[in-house]
Amino acid sequence: MLEIRGLDVWYGGIHAVKNIDMSIGRGEIVTLIGANGAGKSSTIRAVAGLVRDWKGSMTFTKPEGGQVSLAGCPPETMVRLGISLSPEGRRILPHLTTEENLTLGAFTRKDREEIAESMEHVYGLFPKLRERRNQKGGTLSGGEQQMLAVARALMSKPELLMLDEPSLGLAPILVAEVFDIIREINRQGRTILLVEQNAYAALKIAHKAYVLETGEIALSGTGAELLENPKVREAYLGG
Amino acid sequence: MGIKMSFDMFMQHFINAVGLGSLYGLIAIGYTMVYGILRLINFAHGDIFMLGAYFVFFATVSYKLPWAFGVLAAIAGATLCGLLVDRIAYRPLRNAPRISALISAIGVSFFIENLSVVVFSGMPRPVVQPPLLMKAFSIGGVRLVPLALLVPAISFALAAGLLWLIYRTRSGLAMRSISHDIETTRLMGVSVDRIIALTFALGSALAAVAGIMWALRYPRVEPFMGIIPGFKAFIAAVFGGIGSIPGAMLGGLSLGFVEIMSIAFFPKLSGYRDAFAFILLILILLVKPTGLMGEKLEDKI
Repeated sequence: MLEIRGLDVWYGGIHAVKNIDMSIGRGEIVTLIGANGAGKSSTIRAVAGLVRDWKGSMTFTKPEGGQVSLAGCPPETMVRLGISLSPEGRRILPHLTTEENLTLGAFTRKDREEIAESMEHVYGLFPKLRERRNQKGGTLSGGEQQMLAVARALMSKPELLMLDEPSLGLAPILVAEVFDIIREINRQGRTILLVEQNAYAALKIAHKAYVLETGEIALSGTGAELLENPKVREAYLGG
Repeated sequence: MGIKMSFDMFMQHFINAVGLGSLYGLIAIGYTMVYGILRLINFAHGDIFMLGAYFVFFATVSYKLPWAFGVLAAIAGATLCGLLVDRIAYRPLRNAPRISALISAIGVSFFIENLSVVVFSGMPRPVVQPPLLMKAFSIGGVRLVPLALLVPAISFALAAGLLWLIYRTRSGLAMRSISHDIETTRLMGVSVDRIIALTFALGSALAAVAGIMWALRYPRVEPFMGIIPGFKAFIAAVFGGIGSIPGAMLGGLSLGFVEIMSIAFFPKLSGYRDAFAFILLILILLVKPTGLMGEKLEDKI
């Protein structure tokens, strides 16, 4: 569904990603792990259209067939194509209610009934959000905000859902909950690109994984393979 | 030194103050909307107000269009100018330091004023008031013309319509979102430049309506007529709490009252008329710098 070939990304004047290849197949959970500053966020932000200073090729295959090059596309085009990012740090709009945050997530869609259906769907996934629907985003707890960030990204009905560090700053019990939900979203047919520092949790649910080190892909394989890999164990899983 | 005043007299001043204040409020809304979204003081806003007044003058006096058409044409023309200002003077500087856009704003303001002197000539021109709006009548002992009631009525109705748009429509939701976090709003699929253009269009249309009503109240137009009302409306926006639309209207009304009432009660001070706005500005900045209805600045988590 998304083919990345020879991708270089410059971010804030730094050559953050160097000549990487990645392939994300429809229905997969693909994870990108690595240390802070390895280039994970730069990669995902380039796919989302937020970082425009990149070269190489990114080709997106539409569900109905037909390939699109993502070169030069702004974020709104990506969303319309079916690529949605839940950004690092959640970025909830604190002065808008939960429901308004979700409505904003559906900005590119027109059909009110279908939007209401999606709203019901995400409330089903995250029942806590239904209780908080009229509460301002800023008053939600950290865990609830993370749920809202994921739910909001789902509201555009993306083909490819990208999650940037969804476990960041959450208590372990919430981390487990978030990963369960990611798996559930995937089971419902969405492709997921997951950027994580919590390598163990990410590899456990991933079909395919890439390890980034200083902007280059150091290793790749299935999630299970990398979990067993001694280098990965030493560097990312605490031995 | 104050003077004693009859109730009728007071009501006369009261209506006058509401009219002037609502005009300040209408202009202030444009400042506050643009500031809320871009953190930019759009100095050209007072000049859009002036253009609105000129366009209605040309449409109705020079081209003898019926009033309704003239007003619509003037609003459309001024809105277009507001959009052009954004496109030419501000949009290329979206990622530049904020001070660059501010300097550009001052430049574009001077440009519009002086271009207007060249194109329209610097001579003030008289505006013809439609007789229907000027037919005096009395309520109790208060003598009124319909225009005096029409101005605040239109201003409040437009402000209410704008609030509806901002709180009840998708575009309004996007505006409120942009004012907090442009990047995240982009990720939701919002074309930020389009929403910013809409903001300029709405602010300019309101300024044009204010300019038209101003030209009817003080029946003349001249190229620099936007400067002082522009400054005062900006002060009103700060006084009410910049970024807040109800605040802008409240600030405008406060300013209208201070200005009219201080002259009414202390006629000797009438020479200082324009100074009251600045005194109000100094006071609010000392006592409550976020303005009457300004949000407390929150640290982002």
